[in-house]
Amino acid sequence: MNAATELARRHRWRWWEALPWIAALAAFFVFPTYLAFGTQVLITILFALSLDLVLGYAGIVTLGHAAFFGAGAYTVGMLAAHWGWNEPISGLVAAAFVAGAIGLASGLVLLRTHGLALLMLTLCTMALLEQAANMGAAWTGGFDGMPGLSFSRILGLFSFDVLYFRSQYLYTLAVLFLCFVLVRMLVYSSFGQSLTGVRENLLRMHAVGAPVRTRQVLAYTVSAALAGVAGALFTQSNTYVNLAVLGLERSAGVMIVLILGGYGRLYGAFVGAIAYMVLEHSLAKAYPTAWQLGLGLTLVLVALYARNGVIGILVSLRRRFAGTAR
Amino acid sequence: MLETKGLCKSFGALEVARDIDFRLERGARQALIGPNGAGKTTFVNLLTGVLAPSRGSVLLEGKDVTTLAQASRVKRGIARTFQINQLFRGLTVLENVCIAVSERLSVGGSMLRPAGARAAVIEEASRLIGMLKLGEDAGRRIVELPYGRQRLVEIAIALGLNPRALLLDEPAAGIPSAESHILLDAIATLPKDIAVLIIEHDMDLVFRFAERITVMVSGAIFAEGTPAQIAGNAEVRAVYLGNAA
Repeated sequence: MNAATELARRHRWRWWEALPWIAALAAFFVFPTYLAFGTQVLITILFALSLDLVLGYAGIVTLGHAAFFGAGAYTVGMLAAHWGWNEPISGLVAAAFVAGAIGLASGLVLLRTHGLALLMLTLCTMALLEQAANMGAAWTGGFDGMPGLSFSRILGLFSFDVLYFRSQYLYTLAVLFLCFVLVRMLVYSSFGQSLTGVRENLLRMHAVGAPVRTRQVLAYTVSAALAGVAGALFTQSNTYVNLAVLGLERSAGVMIVLILGGYGRLYGAFVGAIAYMVLEHSLAKAYPTAWQLGLGLTLVLVALYARNGVIGILVSLRRRFAGTAR
Repeated sequence: MLETKGLCKSFGALEVARDIDFRLERGARQALIGPNGAGKTTFVNLLTGVLAPSRGSVLLEGKDVTTLAQASRVKRGIARTFQINQLFRGLTVLENVCIAVSERLSVGGSMLRPAGARAAVIEEASRLIGMLKLGEDAGRRIVELPYGRQRLVEIAIALGLNPRALLLDEPAAGIPSAESHILLDAIATLPKDIAVLIIEHDMDLVFRFAERITVMVSGAIFAEGTPAQIAGNAEVRAVYLGNAA
């Protein structure tokens, strides 16, 4: 197949892309007692997917992505607690809007910088929001957060299942699928191609006349909105929100997920989230006091021997076998 | 069409461009030569907006573009290649050129339609790749290409911008001399109204290509004329070869 034909077909859906969704649906029936954990995995996948858009595709290094996750989480929490706005889907839209607006405002300022300055400023943005949430106790619940939130039925039909998370799982899966379709459309579009150009060579993108900063700010805003949706799903499914949604731990955690799975590869978020959370879950169960050691060692191995993550290993293997076959 | 008036650039006390009055006429095939450190690349950076001048102005078709950003100058028709390759190294040759063509056609920001569905962009990029004899490498990533082939991709990207003034900064550096004719052939096929300025140390290429040559020394224009005039200029020879010449 020549390069032009390959490029023209690249955006088409491939058969194996159905597998993660079939597996996620199958998990609903096979692991009915693990659906609370499954819901958290799906939320982490969405959060990692939002980070992949800026880190993996646009090459924007950030340590403050939890700012948007937290903004979305607190938006639905505050709407439900103070205004009785507990309709879930419109809550997601509001969370996306608020997180996107914060992404746009901060992006316009932060994306004038790059490298270490950008890294520090993203961290500062998140710390500012965290402190705001901590100090605005009358609205946010402060250190204790907002427990015991209630949300109305999804589409007026399915109530949130506090015990077994059945509705939450399917609801989160549906939202993840819609967001994935959006991200997939973006990364295969001309816009996505130009983002990859920004990541690969900023100087050249300027030299081809691209409005580089506008593209970066747009990507940052969309990514922030998606992270906000992930945060909103967290609050809705767990019926609480507290400061943990805004911390450095969450920002660093989602970056580790992406590095583990492979960034800039769409499905890296899926593989990374599952690998990270299953590893964390199993290690914490087996070695309650030293589980982070195992996670740390895994990361060291990935950083040393698999810089493109698990998906990168699979791609290398495919290339090697394809080469052998020729 | 592309002109500078009294163009100066200083970094503190260091003057790297001194009062440069320069003209590149429509359809010109001009070369800019000079010893290392003469300020040739700095001059290209001033023309393209990478650097802002300390004094003086840059005019494109009579309009002052001195304060315009690099991207706006590209949209008005100034395209360049770099002395050291500046490519999208993880992408294929075809993708590299497609990005340039997409930007020129103002579809680079389109979010809804897949890049692969833009047949006009792919066709034009493929045509340019073919013109530079890169057809066999179209599907290869830049990191997999020899340096000389990468130089040709640089030129394909610049041509993808459909420039009115094309500034080529040492385009033949790294291209085997047996393949430098590909470069000249590609330039020969360009529309005659495109002005081409080539900065080059390969004098053989310069004298085969240029109808007019500008010599730059220590940030200033030292001499200008036809290839015959420059070749016969004893001062230019002295600058290039030292007093022994």
